[in-house]
Amino acid sequence: MPSVQPSETAPATEPILRVRNLDIDYDTAAGPVRAVESFNLDVGRGEFVGVVGESGCGKSTMLFGIAQLLTPPARISGGTVEFNGADLVTMTQRELSATRWQSLSVVMQSAMNAMNPVKQLAAQYEDVMRAHGERSAKVIRDRSVEVLRLVGIDKEHLASYPHQLSGGMRQRAMIAMALLFTPDLVIMDEPTSALDVVAQRSLMIQIKELQQRLGFAVIFVTHDMSLVSHFSDRLVVMYAAKAVEIGPTRDVFADPGHPYTRGLLDAFPSIKGPRVPLTGIPGSPPNLLHPPTGCRFAPRCPHRFEACDTPPPLFDTGSTLAACHLHEPARVEVLR
Amino acid sequence: MTTTPMNEAAPLLQARHLTRHFKVGGAIARKSLHAVDDVSFTIGSREIVALVGESGSGKSTIARLLARVYKPTSGEIYYQGRPLSGIRARRDVLAYRSDVPMVFQDPFASLNPAYRVSHGIMRGLALHRPDVPRTARRAEAERIVAQLGLDGVGDVLDRYPYELSGGQRQRVGFAQALAYQPRLIIADEPVSMLDVSVRIGLLNLMAKLRDEEGVSLLYITHDIASARYIADRIMVMYAGHLVESGPVDTVLQAPKHPYTQMLVGAVPDPRAPLSASLATDRAEPPRVIDPAPGCRFRQRCPLAVDACGHVTPDLVELAPRHSAACHVAAAAAGVGELAVSARGSA
Repeated sequence: MPSVQPSETAPATEPILRVRNLDIDYDTAAGPVRAVESFNLDVGRGEFVGVVGESGCGKSTMLFGIAQLLTPPARISGGTVEFNGADLVTMTQRELSATRWQSLSVVMQSAMNAMNPVKQLAAQYEDVMRAHGERSAKVIRDRSVEVLRLVGIDKEHLASYPHQLSGGMRQRAMIAMALLFTPDLVIMDEPTSALDVVAQRSLMIQIKELQQRLGFAVIFVTHDMSLVSHFSDRLVVMYAAKAVEIGPTRDVFADPGHPYTRGLLDAFPSIKGPRVPLTGIPGSPPNLLHPPTGCRFAPRCPHRFEACDTPPPLFDTGSTLAACHLHEPARVEVLR
Repeated sequence: MTTTPMNEAAPLLQARHLTRHFKVGGAIARKSLHAVDDVSFTIGSREIVALVGESGSGKSTIARLLARVYKPTSGEIYYQGRPLSGIRARRDVLAYRSDVPMVFQDPFASLNPAYRVSHGIMRGLALHRPDVPRTARRAEAERIVAQLGLDGVGDVLDRYPYELSGGQRQRVGFAQALAYQPRLIIADEPVSMLDVSVRIGLLNLMAKLRDEEGVSLLYITHDIASARYIADRIMVMYAGHLVESGPVDTVLQAPKHPYTQMLVGAVPDPRAPLSASLATDRAEPPRVIDPAPGCRFRQRCPLAVDACGHVTPDLVELAPRHSAACHVAAAAAGVGELAVSARGSA
């Protein structure tokens, strides 16, 4: 698949993560379903990359694929995930264990389910640190207090069980756990989706502050595009297993190149300005067992034309990369 | 309600001093959680009223009180002028349920997976619509699903819920409610589980039900932007109290209560520039167990004054149809405790 990589859509810093042609299949009775197809992504050191898409588009599967957390029936059927120069896909479990928490950590969607309900926070933090060879109780204690302080939780709560914390605190305690070592990359799967707007907003601001202060990179998956609008450097929009648009967040919002991105943006009512009727996007995403042969968004697209019968590669729109034939150079020439 | 003459002058639904407490902390502790405290509001016909607030603020408790799942600890709900506590006969209970049905948050849990879509709708028709003869029920059910935009799904009535998408299932939830010919639908977070691209379709549908069927809706949500999109009026709850209410545009453009101001400021709006005004707010909503008098927002409030610590502010009208429960806002508008005492001392 030809992919263009103009400088403005590549990370500004040297990439620590390079995902190339990642394919992930789910084996089903009806045959394999490709949940992530030919996915490419570079994440620079200290960069905040947002990934948005609707349920079933493959965004969480993609994250799990990067972190090597897939379990059957899901499996990586092709591609590489190069992290700090080594391919995670071909790593042994032992090598992966050494990488996890140490330089790559994951914050899950539901902290209630991701934490051990019968262990105090202190014990859970200790587990992680001991697994990575830390033996000194004092070092463990000091670091635990330190990471809780980073996320604004009182050290008293080291003796708390997860159910004794509010939703926002639990999620922050999860983030604290991800920061026990100094990771280069923190992968976040909808960490704020269980919170209400005020808590969500303050958590986002806190994540951004920590990220800028400690310099780790973030891949942040969400279904709520407006949430990352102010926080991510670059944005990836996924639809039906594929990345359909990649670009600097500002440009994706200001001048979306893919009709699906525009549709998503137009589906958010605004809290200010005139009240205008919105339409959303008619139809629903395709069944990935039998995806359309051409552009996967074509059946719902208001702009479809003959060319849409063939799958579009990512074209440079001038501000972003969009997988849409509208931006085919030959066609753009004709329009001019 | 067919059994008693309707009181046309009375509002469709009115809650007066509605209060619901829950016992917590075991048999001996006798602590009481004040989920809803002294809340009064009205819902007129043909209007969408949004009820917003963070989780734990008492929104869903109000929905359950209106749906008669809970009985109020004190206070009363009047439906067309009749107190709900006086409704006892099965016929009257059924009549109220059909007039005021509920649509739930999770379309994956609220439909029985063992029955076809037709089951819930036809059962509603059999129970609540004696005017539709048995032979006409199927045709009526088809008319209802068509009205909800489900006719594009072939033979939707004969499908099972698992065959439908989330958006389609939630439309089925509304179809079940609509089968009763309701006057007021209580919709508790009806779109929060849905994807953004289908969410708008459901919101438009709710507006259509109001405009074409004359149905009122109590739209419970934490998504303020969507409340603004469809609601006529908005009510804001905080820790069991109603802290602000009024026409949706007035309240959201010029919120009077500091909590509403914080809420409006926290809404992510990609079209707006980032303001870091909330960077310092890390406070958590209070658990209102055996609360002392005073404003429940005071610990988080940038404007709190001495009076907020011991006098619970009442919801008072500060501008036409726009009310807030805040001592500082009331004083600014020249009413309430502070204004009175300031005048007294001057």
